[in-house]
Amino acid sequence: MRVSKYIKKWFPLFALPTTAAFFLAFLIPFGMGIYLSFTSFRTVTDAKWVGLSNYVTAFTENSDFLHALWFSVRFTLVSVVTVNVIAFAFALLLTRAIRATNIFRAVFFLPNLIGGIVLAYVWQLIINGVLGKLFQQDLTYSPAYGFWGLVVVVNWQMIGYMMIIYIAGLQNVPGDVLEAADIDGAGFWARLFQVTIPMVAGSITICTFLTLTNSLKLFDQNLALTAGAPNHQTEGVSLNIYRTFYNIRNHMGVGQAKAVIFFVIVAAIAFVQLRATRSKEEEG
Amino acid sequence: MEERNKAFRIVGFWALLVLAVLWLVPLFLVLINSLKSNLFITADPFALPNAETFTAAANYTGGVQRTGFFSAFGYSLFITVFSVLVICVVTPMTAWYISRVKAWYTSVLYYLFVFSMIVPFDMVMFTMSKLANWTHLDNPVGIILLYTGFGAGLSVFIFVGFIRAIPIELEEAAMIDGANPFKVFFTVIFPVLRPTAVTVAILNAMWIWNDYRLPYLVIGSNYKTIPIAVQNYMQGSYGQKDMGGFMAMLVLSIIPIIVFYLLGQRHIIKGVTAGAVKG
Repeated sequence: MRVSKYIKKWFPLFALPTTAAFFLAFLIPFGMGIYLSFTSFRTVTDAKWVGLSNYVTAFTENSDFLHALWFSVRFTLVSVVTVNVIAFAFALLLTRAIRATNIFRAVFFLPNLIGGIVLAYVWQLIINGVLGKLFQQDLTYSPAYGFWGLVVVVNWQMIGYMMIIYIAGLQNVPGDVLEAADIDGAGFWARLFQVTIPMVAGSITICTFLTLTNSLKLFDQNLALTAGAPNHQTEGVSLNIYRTFYNIRNHMGVGQAKAVIFFVIVAAIAFVQLRATRSKEEEG
Repeated sequence: MEERNKAFRIVGFWALLVLAVLWLVPLFLVLINSLKSNLFITADPFALPNAETFTAAANYTGGVQRTGFFSAFGYSLFITVFSVLVICVVTPMTAWYISRVKAWYTSVLYYLFVFSMIVPFDMVMFTMSKLANWTHLDNPVGIILLYTGFGAGLSVFIFVGFIRAIPIELEEAAMIDGANPFKVFFTVIFPVLRPTAVTVAILNAMWIWNDYRLPYLVIGSNYKTIPIAVQNYMQGSYGQKDMGGFMAMLVLSIIPIIVFYLLGQRHIIKGVTAGAVKG
């Protein structure tokens, strides 16, 4: 308590710079965003209260927003499974004390450092090259191409990151437990599902949450790879919100309402995740 | 058991080797295409350059000129370095204040910072860029303040987690010796936080360097960072695309990242793991 009293009056020096920036960059825009989602406006200062009409418009005007939500959900489900299964397999291979582990780890992690825009263009070249050779088509030809293309891009980007978290988790699994299971006659799969996986449940929760939220919030890769082509069919939520704000006339209020809906969805997922982690910590 | 493990290791090694090579193929393809002339990139992106298609550095000189790559690199570097520096000085101070001062407003602030981590950027992108225009923060210096504010959540959260584990007796002893809080922070707390500061710096650097929407919306029309320059190059070029120049730009955008990675690989991997487990 002495320390508390001693530094209390130093708020302006210690806490004010961050707090002021935080209000300006986040808290005020957040509050304004909530308010503006219930208004109609052109220049922000001329906002007029319209109640829930932006929220109604978001769903009823056309099916683009629902389609984008559905696209993001499908994309997220597929990516969460593929990224985590592959990352876990890589981590298993790398923790078996194989030579050159560090080099492999470094190579797999590298794409994670490259930004979404550049990353997606790298793959656009490859995917268009393959589609051109095989069918004389490109990414804009079918929504399926854009969907699976995006899955490939995100896998290449996120597997290395998740792999590193899984490696950290696997290194905490005591070797003698696995050995004991082996002596008891447990095969590879039995050891994997009954010993290893339960012991890295914490890492699995973290990785699932990270891949889930990152896939839902995906924007840069979506914009660069297909920009929604063909005809907004490969447009995720974030890209749809962006287009509503900046490319559809007089739709800023609707864009803001869509953003609020999206925020509520992401917050709900984060809340469920937090509860899951809490209850697990209480058990263990 | 021994026999089986040995077999597993050998198979595992070769599997990883093949995968690692595959992992790098995309980057290699961009590199070889950056050395070919335009037509041959779309015609066959998988062919190696030959006497007919090889253009040496022509794509690079042309691309650099058309995108203003070096100025984009300069803006990216300036914004990233200074934002990270500011974040790493002001957020640990705030985290210390929040952790040590017991008052209603410090807990409110803490929960607001944590809350901000789950809010998608879409929620504030429009209002934040408007506010930045009104307050004249729409320049490479002002944007540092925006990054500090938007990055504060995660950074404060990580620092608070570590400060709570530091025994308060250290600070009490220093204060009895007559040191003021400013001195206590920089001589007692900050040195202990160094490894955590590296984690925070790396996480923020990776985010800010690659960020597209925030700088595009706030300063994009006057100052182009690398992601903006890359995206504009592709978006703006309808009709005949200068694919060669574009490939060269991709290579030039990736080179600084690889250099950064080679310099700090150990810290980066450690930092990212620590950040993920905390977050």
